[in-house]
Amino acid sequence: MSKFSLKDAYIDKARRDFLKKAGAGVATTVLGAGITLMAYPDPAAARKPDEPVDASKRWGLLIDANKCKEDCNACVTACSQENGWKLDGDPRHDSQWIRKLTIKNPQGGFTQSFPVMCQHCTNPPCTDVCPTGASFKRADGIVLVDKHICIGCRYCMMACPYKARSFIHQPLEDQKPHAPRGKGTVEACTLCVHRVDRGDQPACVERCSKDGNGALIFGDLNDPNSEISKQIATYPTRQIRADLGVDPGVRYKNL
Amino acid sequence: MLARFAKILMVLVWASTSALIAQAEDAGRVAAPQYTLPENAKSCVADTAFMRRNHMNMLKHQRDETMHKGIRTKKYSLKNCINCHVTKDEAGKPIKVSNPKHFCAACHEYAAVKLDCFECHRSTPMETGKSAQIPDIPEHTGLLADNSSAVKQLGEYLKGVKQ
Repeated sequence: MSKFSLKDAYIDKARRDFLKKAGAGVATTVLGAGITLMAYPDPAAARKPDEPVDASKRWGLLIDANKCKEDCNACVTACSQENGWKLDGDPRHDSQWIRKLTIKNPQGGFTQSFPVMCQHCTNPPCTDVCPTGASFKRADGIVLVDKHICIGCRYCMMACPYKARSFIHQPLEDQKPHAPRGKGTVEACTLCVHRVDRGDQPACVERCSKDGNGALIFGDLNDPNSEISKQIATYPTRQIRADLGVDPGVRYKNL
Repeated sequence: MLARFAKILMVLVWASTSALIAQAEDAGRVAAPQYTLPENAKSCVADTAFMRRNHMNMLKHQRDETMHKGIRTKKYSLKNCINCHVTKDEAGKPIKVSNPKHFCAACHEYAAVKLDCFECHRSTPMETGKSAQIPDIPEHTGLLADNSSAVKQLGEYLKGVKQ
């Protein structure tokens, strides 16, 4: 029977941390007994265009429901302009890339407003039900629809607990080159993957800080030094329907 | 007598050949699309024969790399094709794929192969905005000479790709 000692526990933790880092894309070279050279990738450095994404990053959003105001629609407008979608006024057809939601406590009348979009779950139900593999999660946690292999069955729309996906019913042309969308396929928030890949922030986050109330923070949840991770470590935050166990990458503060 | 026979023969020969020529003209073979390199470009990313045979596989390979791995190299991207292979109308505006003069439509109509890319993708370059990319010409120039081994490699690779 092994005896518990504080020293062993400390070493165990150090070893686990080391393995975690090694798994997270840290280059390690063992120089000799007890000497290890570790080269940390610069988290701020943007990935080169020819480098594939990896799991060292986990992109997430933090939405402050106290800062977000009911009369502001900046994030929705920004998304629509960036990705080229329009609302046709029919809620049965409307795109669900991002929408503003207002909730009211019937007892006191307290209202709050905040945007809801694809929550970029760690365990996305949409990918579980997709029969073709068109619904998938990228290594860095962004959940996408590969429209090349989407057959438009809409199982993912039914599976999504956040109603964050929509179907395109009409033929389209003059789409944005970076956001292809077409009739017969399902679409959703891409976390502005084309912008994230070049090192920018999603359009909604950029516009919220410029024209809105600065309620959105985008960043790497895996990086303890990122603004989003610091906020999550400091303040109470929650995920919508955390009870489902899908572990959304979009978190809410003051909700 | 012999001269007369020769004359008849000559008339017959002339008549049949001219009839053949007329027939060929009447059948009205569809003219093959005329290929011209875009302005400012010395060559495509590979030579024309290679591109004719392999462009679909190159695009398919690139689309999976971009979609699933986030690799956004410009060279073999559809966006780069669209930005470079522009056909303009009389007003100087780029024409859409719905017009049979569009670079992609011209060949696909000739070959009677349905084109699905533009159900979702834009068939013209985007005029303004930060995301609109200017065709990267220096990346193209001299490719046939300098990158012939790269093209060969790509050909070998594409042979191994499952269709």
